[in-house]
Amino acid sequence: MSDAPNDARAQILGGIRRSLRRGELTGEARSAVETRLAEPPRGPSVARGQLPQAEKVALFCQWAETLNATVARVGPAEVPGEVSAYLARNNLPANVAMAPSPLLEGYDWASQKMLSIRRGHGQGSDQVSVTGAFAAIAETGTVVMASGPDHPVSLNLLPDTHVVVLREADIVGGYEDVWGRLRARYGKDLMPRTVNTITGPSRTGDIEQTIELGAHGPRRMHILVVRD
Amino acid sequence: MESTAHAFKANVDHALADPNLQDSLAKLKVGFSERRRQAAERLPEFEALRDRARDIKNHTLAHLDFYLEEFERKVIGLGGHVHWAPTAADARRIIAELCQSVNARTVAKSKSMVAEEIALNEHLEALGIAPIETDLGEYIIQLRNEPPSHIIAPAVHLTKDQVADTFLEHHAKLGFDKRLTERNDLVAEARYVLRQKFLDADVGLTGANFLVAETGSSMLVTNEGNADLSNTLPRMHIVLASIEKVIPTLEDAAVLLRVLARSATGQESSAYTTLNTGPKKREDLDGPEQYHVVLLDNGRSSVLGTEMQDILRCIRCGACMNHCPVYGAVGGHAYGWVYPGPMGAVLTPQLVGVEEASNLPNASTFCGRCESVCPVRIPLPKLMRHWREREFEKHLTPKAVRQGLAMWSFAARRPALYRKLTAMANRVLALFGRADGRYRALPLASGWTRFRDFPAPQPGGTFHARWAKRKA
Repeated sequence: MSDAPNDARAQILGGIRRSLRRGELTGEARSAVETRLAEPPRGPSVARGQLPQAEKVALFCQWAETLNATVARVGPAEVPGEVSAYLARNNLPANVAMAPSPLLEGYDWASQKMLSIRRGHGQGSDQVSVTGAFAAIAETGTVVMASGPDHPVSLNLLPDTHVVVLREADIVGGYEDVWGRLRARYGKDLMPRTVNTITGPSRTGDIEQTIELGAHGPRRMHILVVRD
Repeated sequence: MESTAHAFKANVDHALADPNLQDSLAKLKVGFSERRRQAAERLPEFEALRDRARDIKNHTLAHLDFYLEEFERKVIGLGGHVHWAPTAADARRIIAELCQSVNARTVAKSKSMVAEEIALNEHLEALGIAPIETDLGEYIIQLRNEPPSHIIAPAVHLTKDQVADTFLEHHAKLGFDKRLTERNDLVAEARYVLRQKFLDADVGLTGANFLVAETGSSMLVTNEGNADLSNTLPRMHIVLASIEKVIPTLEDAAVLLRVLARSATGQESSAYTTLNTGPKKREDLDGPEQYHVVLLDNGRSSVLGTEMQDILRCIRCGACMNHCPVYGAVGGHAYGWVYPGPMGAVLTPQLVGVEEASNLPNASTFCGRCESVCPVRIPLPKLMRHWREREFEKHLTPKAVRQGLAMWSFAARRPALYRKLTAMANRVLALFGRADGRYRALPLASGWTRFRDFPAPQPGGTFHARWAKRKA
């Protein structure tokens, strides 16, 4: 591709080492940074999200609503009905693009006779998507999406309306708890292709610093918080 | 982009006389800084997080070679590619070759200041590849053929009416021939026009807020979702990032994210914070087939280990310019290059040369607000002073300033003479009246009074005289 890619690499790394007045890291200095990488130290703990689970759930809902999402707290049996009712309340079409996830297949969608469901990745013409969530962050009302065969990224972005089905047990305090869950699920140092952490609908302040919702991603985000 | 930093003074005159710009800047001064203050107050740990953010960046810079190599190893392990670009020209060439390798006609671009720094758009256009800016602010200024005026709000210098005129001019041929008056209609029209361009784009190009060495991820923080469409829909994703964007771990990212959005816009969290790690996996239903990271040095490695190193901690939140009285008066374009405000006054001389940009470190009142709000505690006034010293040593300071300083220093080292001269100046100035405490015009001082008042001497004589009286 380039004329001499390895020269460019050596030039930059050599330049850094010259400026730092040392050679490549070796010995104790190297093992110290290797340890820091293997056992990442946490930053100052943020008290806001460190709560018993029930209060975490309440804090999540409070922040999500403050940051322009809407929230419905429901039991597992009520999930399909709430999706239909939400679409009807907002005059949205009863056609949804749904993530092909085992979590969502656990709900009785057949009970919603009027709801038409297409399973797969997002398309430019999609009006509404329904997805699960890998986790959610109480500290800021943020939902966390991990990409994979059960969760195409395009469903988080293309539709005008994004309906998220989130289990209460998946609500954690802060980012650090999400990282812990990612490592447990995918293995240390390994990640899905994309992790989207999403806080409310898409927005822009680029015209006169005034927030408008629905810049490129969804204009509406509705979160169903499902009791365990 | 071509620097006009050398013409700072002419740029300033132009900016101060532009009523649209002055309207926009008046909003900026209250908006961003008030929201940042409220966000900081809502989080009791904010100051402790700033300390930690500074320490994380210092640690990374001291081991930058190690973390870059770790990051590269992870990306390659995931099936991605890392390209090292010592100069802006190298980065332009690498990106152009990547685009050509997939016969790209259009590139969906998410806002990247590093892409502005290397003047990527002009280069791609010359090769017949169309870069499409998808961040709303960047899109507006691309249509207007203007550079960004702020690192996080590129169109902050424009009013809604100017945006409406620009959209009418460029969208009429697409069938949008009605001039819009509401902000939400303007946003909706841009969304509609850009949506098809996302779907058609061959390559998505984004910057990165952070590169995480632990996982080989690039991390992007946005509000619109354009960066995420750029990294998911096209078949190739290129990340362009400068070398100091690397950080060690996800835990470090958690600290930096908590200070970034709050410092930038006063948000608790930006709408989208995304980690991209390698290309589409075999079983994934969407995502790019190719994932490339271009690491740009462009002079940064030579800043390490110098008295200017602290500027490499910068996480590009824009708080320093939002709180700067000089930026607030003249806006970003006056600075003449990519990075405006206090961080630009420090970085621009480094990247384009002190000869070209010597005015910028002087465009500061040293009020210190920039340092007081910087999330990674960069001592910006101190770094600007280093540039002033270098400028003086290189004899770049204008003759009148050097002579003035020499005269002042002559007097200041002779206290009796100094007291006589200041007492005399005080009496002479008082002849013009003291009533309002300031003068709107003074003979021989129009350069000062054209855009601001000159303070009138207070009754009771000079500070020295009043001090002597008080002690007596």
